[in-house]
Amino acid sequence: MAPKGKTLFEKVWEQHIVVPETKETPALIYIDLHLIHEVTTPQAFTLLRENNLKIRAPKKILATMDHSTPTVPIKSLKDLDIVAEKGPAQQIRDMIQNCKDFGIELYDFDSDRRGIVHVIGPELGATQPGRTMVCGDSHTSTHGAFGALAFGIGTTEVAHVLATQCLLQRKPKTLAVNLNGHLNKGVSAKDIILKVIGEIGVDGGTGHVIEYRGDTVSSLSLEQRMTICNMSIEAGAKAGMFAPDDATFEYLKDRPFSPKGKDWEKSIAQWSELKSDDNAVFDKELNIDVNLLEPMITFGTNPGMVMPINGKVPDHEGNVSFKQALNYMQVESGKPLLDHPIDVVFIGSCTNSRLSDLQDAATILKGRKVSESTRTLIVPGSQNVKKEAELLGLDKIFRNSGAEWRESGCSMCLGMNGDTVGKGQLAVSTSNRNFEGRQGVGSRTILASPKTAAASAITGTVQDPRKYEVR
Amino acid sequence: MRLDKLEKIKKFKAKTVNLPNEDIDTDQIIPARFLTLPSKEGIGECLFADWRIDNSGNINHDFILNKDESKGCEILVAGNNFGCGSSREHAPWALVDYGFKAIISTSFADIFKNNSLKNGLLPIVLSRNIHNWLLDNPGVNITIDLENTRVEFNNGDEHEFEIEPFSKYCLINGLDQLSFILNHEDDIRKYEGTL
Repeated sequence: MAPKGKTLFEKVWEQHIVVPETKETPALIYIDLHLIHEVTTPQAFTLLRENNLKIRAPKKILATMDHSTPTVPIKSLKDLDIVAEKGPAQQIRDMIQNCKDFGIELYDFDSDRRGIVHVIGPELGATQPGRTMVCGDSHTSTHGAFGALAFGIGTTEVAHVLATQCLLQRKPKTLAVNLNGHLNKGVSAKDIILKVIGEIGVDGGTGHVIEYRGDTVSSLSLEQRMTICNMSIEAGAKAGMFAPDDATFEYLKDRPFSPKGKDWEKSIAQWSELKSDDNAVFDKELNIDVNLLEPMITFGTNPGMVMPINGKVPDHEGNVSFKQALNYMQVESGKPLLDHPIDVVFIGSCTNSRLSDLQDAATILKGRKVSESTRTLIVPGSQNVKKEAELLGLDKIFRNSGAEWRESGCSMCLGMNGDTVGKGQLAVSTSNRNFEGRQGVGSRTILASPKTAAASAITGTVQDPRKYEVR
Repeated sequence: MRLDKLEKIKKFKAKTVNLPNEDIDTDQIIPARFLTLPSKEGIGECLFADWRIDNSGNINHDFILNKDESKGCEILVAGNNFGCGSSREHAPWALVDYGFKAIISTSFADIFKNNSLKNGLLPIVLSRNIHNWLLDNPGVNITIDLENTRVEFNNGDEHEFEIEPFSKYCLINGLDQLSFILNHEDDIRKYEGTL
């Protein structure tokens, strides 16, 4: 029998084994790039200080601030206390001090490179095929769009990587998600991943690394692939990956940290090997017919509670958790959410705050007004995305429509930086989690694509973007 | 935390309290607005904050952890896929600071499970049958024997559970995983030499 081929994941994994796995001990895996931010690092730095440990490789760290940072403009750090609460403001100052004390370069408030850590990694070219990347943030899975093995870790493991550049890991299993067909008009990458999570459930990927494959892949931009990989964690997966291809190389060419000259040619040759062998075997497989896909929205309190935009809220009689979710959301089984009034629209987060996401929203909002009853907040993923959007005049389209246009940051995705959805309010949000209270105490969230969110902002009700996209 | 001063966990008997909801995410365990707390001490006060306190700021007396019968319970029996969502280690920190030593469920989210094992909080997976029995019989005293990886019931029944062997070794001996990695300095340097 012919030997079994290797998956993309297995190839990247094997290249990073420092000490192999045994029955008694996990593998020791080398980490090429460590992303850090202000929320999940303070206790790690404390641990280093208390045990007199140093940072092993400060140059393999990319540091910024995104979660606690206010998105209202401030000229300098001195103004922070005016716009931020005490806790977040102190956390931001601690991050600056920690990076200074430990010799880590930080993309600070005044840096053009500041932004959501999962947006700036790729746009700076620090995210590269075949790399292992970790961050104290579950949406680190985003970087798998480039063929990197990237996953979220806790703060204790952040300390492990700071001190040793290594992590103890058991080898995960593999899940192939085969995407076939083309996206129809009005349908987005966000709808693909919401569909995937709906199919396998919020724990369907537990213990697995997903590889997205199939004939749809070559037509997806890197930004679309990032949206898909980003929410792999919402299916419980360890990571999501796409094999790098010409589109990946095109995206990375001439970025600040991308290899240059001869190194570029050498890298392309190496990166081109990073794909699953034809005879590779996955532990599980899932097929999605992208041709049949419609815009998707969530109706419950986790991302697996999802339905097509024209669908009716399903019924799971007898499931207490399901019933509680519908009660919290104040929605009823058997009824549609289309035309349901909403209070807030949020376009942003590490899932959908890149230039193409903003362009999607602008296409729909151009020349239109958002509903007076709907607060619409549009937050670019990075200062660079903001600059590029403004060069294209997107900020004017948004402002003219009545939407707010902000500085970059995590913003309303997680309600810890001043941007929140009010008690009982219902938001259509392009973020990644519709958990109870995720966007603020008592907030209710419908997850959707930037197109669906923009269309919904116009009427102040849940809307199908296909009605608005072509005029 | 000093790495050379970890508690050894071998065997303990404790009372259970049930939270049967499925897919309890880390935003419920501890909402994001508490992630700016600078230390782990006292963080247990924020555990399940939005379930313990209602929208008007009053104590929700219907919530199980606010009931007298839950006082002193150190084992939480929770629904499937406990700890999904965010990677925040504040979730196990809050559970430990509140007083929990173990969570029993039918499955755990990966990052939460990893984080728990590094904080002396045992994520124990039991079969659906036994889990259901625990849900039907709240507030029972059970013994968790980590050395022999089994749960012992008062009627003499014993049920084995699985736990990652290296984490178990570290927990029962009070060893820290970072010290283990630091001991591989030569291997790490050798690997870096190939880059």
